Amino acid sequence: MILAKIHVTLKKSVLDPQGVAISEALHSMGYPHVESARLGKYLELRLDDRGRSKNELQAQVKDMCERLLANTVIEHYEFELQAIPS
Amino acid sequence: MRFSVLTFPGSNCDHDCWHALKNVLRQKVDLVWHKEARLPQGTDCVVVPGGFSYGDYLRCGAIARFSPVMAAVRAHAGRGGLVIGICNGFQILTESGLLPGALLRNRSLKFLCETVHLRVENASTPFSRLARGGRVLAVPIAHGEGNYTCDAETLRHLEDRGQVVFRYCEEDGAVTPRANPNGSLENIAGIVNQAGNVLGMMPHPERVCETEMGGTDGRLIFESMLDALTAKG
Repeated sequence: MILAKIHVTLKKSVLDPQGVAISEALHSMGYPHVESARLGKYLELRLDDRGRSKNELQAQVKDMCERLLANTVIEHYEFELQAIPS
Repeated sequence: MRFSVLTFPGSNCDHDCWHALKNVLRQKVDLVWHKEARLPQGTDCVVVPGGFSYGDYLRCGAIARFSPVMAAVRAHAGRGGLVIGICNGFQILTESGLLPGALLRNRSLKFLCETVHLRVENASTPFSRLARGGRVLAVPIAHGEGNYTCDAETLRHLEDRGQVVFRYCEEDGAVTPRANPNGSLENIAGIVNQAGNVLGMMPHPERVCETEMGGTDGRLIFESMLDALTAKG
């Protein structure tokens, strides 16, 4: 079994109003040295890897990110595949 | 003229659109469930209504765009058929790639439900042809994610080709930061695709088609479409 761990965040060039609100909250809590905060999504997919190579799964997860999990107009994604016990 | 109003799980403005088109504008209207692979025969215009399709899970409009009916909408648009996406419908059209850009969380992080003013920037589209350029419409918004964005090159194309149809403005038509409710780039409230037959807008014209509902400015958009369809024959 493979666990795909996927992070999706807004691109650096896109204003993240939630990130701004979070960093302001942290400032008001006494952490003035927080320079910025970015909020994103974390997804986990459990993938049955029987009969599929790691390269194939890698390509599939990339395709899933491009087509559904991230909107590449505004978001950046990265992921890693990790072997886990079935 | 014949309209198809789509219904996704979580749509909540489909009946408002149906009412405005059927009872106010006296047109033929079908409510089309999202599982349908085809649009009713003779559909002139598709309305992608507002709401919270699929609960806004993942991103607004991200899952609805994979509904079977969207392939038929894409084909209809490809043939030059009219498509109007309102609010969540606009989000679905950007997610589908039928319109450029994307809609982010409102800059204030608040859900906004209020009447705004829209300046008609391009009065030659099928959705605005009964307006004079510069005409100001009062139309309500109701959204949490209507903050339009796109990259600099896309913005330049939109502006150069007159694809920005509506901009948030003051009552007198002045486009100011104060009149921008959600942080949209260049006060953009509605755009068309390059071919000009697909419109997306965050405000809800279907909610202001009768005086009893507080205004009739929304009719101009639907009447423009009827005028365009009639002219086309």
